[in-house]
Amino acid sequence: MIWDWEFTGRIIPDILRGLVVTFEATVLGSIVAFALGLVLALLRRSRIRLVSGAVWVFVEFVRSTPLLVQLYFLFNVLPDIGVRFSSLTTGVIGLGVHYACYTSEVYRAGIEGVPRGQWEAATALSLPVHRVWTGVILPQAIPRVLPALGNYTISMFKETPLLLAIGVLDLVGAAQEAGSEAYRYVEPLTLAGICFLLLSYPSSLLVRRLERRVGI
Amino acid sequence: MFENFSHFLSVLLQGVPATVIATLGGIALCIVLSFAAGFGMLSPWRWARLIARVYVEVWRGTSEVVQLFWIFFALPLLVGFELLPLWAGILVLGLNHGAYGGEIVRGAVQAVPKEQHECAVALSFSPVQRMWRVILPQAVVEMIPPFNNLFIQLLKSSALLSLIFVHEITYQGRDVLEPNFTGQIALIYLLMLALYLVLSVLITAVMRVLERRAAAAVGRKPVEPAKVLGRVEGGAI
Repeated sequence: MIWDWEFTGRIIPDILRGLVVTFEATVLGSIVAFALGLVLALLRRSRIRLVSGAVWVFVEFVRSTPLLVQLYFLFNVLPDIGVRFSSLTTGVIGLGVHYACYTSEVYRAGIEGVPRGQWEAATALSLPVHRVWTGVILPQAIPRVLPALGNYTISMFKETPLLLAIGVLDLVGAAQEAGSEAYRYVEPLTLAGICFLLLSYPSSLLVRRLERRVGI
Repeated sequence: MFENFSHFLSVLLQGVPATVIATLGGIALCIVLSFAAGFGMLSPWRWARLIARVYVEVWRGTSEVVQLFWIFFALPLLVGFELLPLWAGILVLGLNHGAYGGEIVRGAVQAVPKEQHECAVALSFSPVQRMWRVILPQAVVEMIPPFNNLFIQLLKSSALLSLIFVHEITYQGRDVLEPNFTGQIALIYLLMLALYLVLSVLITAVMRVLERRAAAAVGRKPVEPAKVLGRVEGGAI
C-alpha cells in the first residue's frame, strides 16, 4: 500500500500546527520587508553619496547571495556577538531583511513612476519635504507597487521552509519530523506540498486580479 | 582573526565543484524544460497546453524545500530506487526553475510582432521553418536577460542542497564551523557569501556576452539593464 490514510489522519494536526508557524513567519516577515524596503528605497535617494552608495552595496549583496546562508549567518553570528533571539525571530529578521532588498527596488520603481509634474506641483505649493512624501508622492506610488509586493509575499510564503534549517518547526519541518518518526515520507511531504499549492495558487490569482485593477 | 583564513578558504573551495556541477546541471535541465513548457503552453493541442500549465503551476506554487525533500525522501519510497543527493538536487533545481523559465519562453515568443509571423507565412515557410528561422532568433534575444536572473536564482537555490547532504559550498561552510572557531564565524560566512557573489557575477558576465552576440546577430541593440530590471521585478513569480 503506497498511501496510508490512517497515518495521514494522524499527522494532519502536526502539519496544521506547522502551517500556523509558516503563516506567522510569512506575515511578520512581510511586515519587516515592506517597512524596511520603503526605508531602504528612501535612503537610496539620499543626497549624501555615502548613504546611497552603502545602501546600494547592501541591497546588491543581499540579493545575489542565498537566503539559506544569510539565515545561517544570522543564526550563528548574532549569538556570537551577544544578541540572542529565538529561532523564529531570527528567521523573521532574515526573511524580512532579504525581501526588503527586493521590495526596495519595487518601491524605487513605484516612486520613479510618479509623474514629474507632481513633484513640480508640490514644490510650487512650497510644501515641506515630509508633506511632499506623505501627501503627494507615496499615496500615488504605493497603490502601483501593491501587486508586486503581493507577489513577494507569496514567494516569501514559499521560502519559509528554509527556516527549518535554523530549527523552526514550520509546515515542512513538521512534515519532515512526522515522516522521520514513522519512516513514511510520502504522505507528510505530499500533504505539505498540497498545502502550499492550495494557498499560493489562489493568492497568485488574486494578485493577478489586483494587477489588472491597478492597471499595470 | 585571520590565522585560519587559508584553512577556511580551502575547505570552502572544496565545495565549489559540487555547487558548479549542480548549477550547470540544473541550468541545462532548466533550459530544456523551459522550452518544453513554453511551447507546450503555446501549443494548438489542448492536452499539451494542459500538461504544461499543470507543470508550471504545480512547480511554481509549491516550496522548493518541499520539492527537494519530496524528490529525495519520498520519491525513492514510491519508485523503489535510491537517488544520489546530487542527482536529486539537479532534478529539483531544473524542474523548479524550468517552471519559471516556461513563462519566460512563452512571453518572449508572444512578444515577437505579429507581422513577423505573417511575413513568414507570406514567404510560404513551413510552421517549423517559421519558428526556427523567424520567430525564435528574435525571441531568444528577449529571453536572455530574464534567464540571467533565473540562473542566478538557481545558483542561490543550490545552497539548499546542503539540506540533503550534497557537499557544496554551504555544506562545507557548515562543516568547518563544527570545531567552532568562536569569533571567526562571521568571517567564514562572509567568505561563503563572497563565493556565491563571485559565481553569480560570472554567470552575469557569460550572459552579457551571449546577449550582445544574440542582439548583434539579429541586428539590434541590447536592452538596457535598467529596463530589464524593472520589467523582471514587476513580473516576479
